[in-house]
Amino acid sequence: MTPDDLSLICRIVRARAGYVVDQAKAAIIENRLGPLVRREGFNSLSDLVSEIKAKRDERLVWELADAMLPKDTAFFRDRTPFTQFRDVIMPDLEQRLGTSPLRIWSAGCGTGQEAYSLALTIDEVRAGRAGRAVQIVGSDLSERCLERAAAGIFNQMEVQKGLPIRYLVRHFERQDEAWHLSASIRQKVQWSRVNLISEISTMGQFDVIFCRYVLGGLEDLMRKQVLSQLAGALNDNGYLIVGRDEAVLDQAVGLSPVWGSSDIYRRETALRIVA
Amino acid sequence: MILENLGFHVTEASDGQEAIAWCRASMPDAILLDWNMPLMSGIDFLRQLRTEPLGDGPKVLFCTVENDLSHINEALKAGADEYIMKPFDGDVICAKFAEVGLL
Repeated sequence: MTPDDLSLICRIVRARAGYVVDQAKAAIIENRLGPLVRREGFNSLSDLVSEIKAKRDERLVWELADAMLPKDTAFFRDRTPFTQFRDVIMPDLEQRLGTSPLRIWSAGCGTGQEAYSLALTIDEVRAGRAGRAVQIVGSDLSERCLERAAAGIFNQMEVQKGLPIRYLVRHFERQDEAWHLSASIRQKVQWSRVNLISEISTMGQFDVIFCRYVLGGLEDLMRKQVLSQLAGALNDNGYLIVGRDEAVLDQAVGLSPVWGSSDIYRRETALRIVA
Repeated sequence: MILENLGFHVTEASDGQEAIAWCRASMPDAILLDWNMPLMSGIDFLRQLRTEPLGDGPKVLFCTVENDLSHINEALKAGADEYIMKPFDGDVICAKFAEVGLL
């Protein structure tokens, strides 16, 4: 790999996804792109980059950006945000007046574990009781991830990292070596391809947005822009949950941390002047 | 090894009867339990444990190749707190110990 090739890869990922990749970490770059190189039938990463330089094939450019993005995710990742969602956020939302569905967005959902963790939590909290309708939307930049998310099929390692065993026995079936999530939970989540650094207003307004371990990888300016868009997509008093150590304390976008937390924010009620 | 690195003091029992004797002498905080053991199966050990004085105290995590739902359901019914399917890695152990409140 030449420095030119590495530079092109970093520029593509930055332009398409706003994601910062350190050009000096050639080994990481080659490691992440190895599966794409093989899938696309190239002999080396250099060959793949040469093809992009020669043809600017949009599909391949996006595949490259997609392959470079981190894919780490887990059911109930970090646990606490989900217990706070169950114990504090849901009760708060449920007691608010209104008949429109509660809307929850897992932004940057990867292979769907976060969105499904929310669906499983709500299903357990409601325990068959009727309640205000809930819409859960999982979005990601990666079509490949969204296909996996929608299928709801996970391997043994994935269902053991964070998923309490009671959920596994209630909502999954084992087929060969894979665990299939029940249709009743899968149907609770809609999937959508969304690039958070683009215009997101078509997503509508939400009561809760989980956007975890996404913002930290973005360059500063882009992070502020995405944060501002996410804040704009929240209803008044809606909640934004970010990843641990992704504190976004930024009064300018109208978000305030709640319960002394560094990863849960609430959109301040818009100032209304009544004359 | 994984557990020791997490700060737990680990004692190994070679079969279920020895494990029951250990528990009677000093009830542990957690028990990692295979399904297939000499003299006494894991599920029989668990049922016995839960009838012992203070036997409802330890968190019991099965750790076994018996990975089908019928085994898991039977374990939960007998009072298991979590279930680890082999093969697994250190992250899984951490996640499961966190799930039962020990990390």
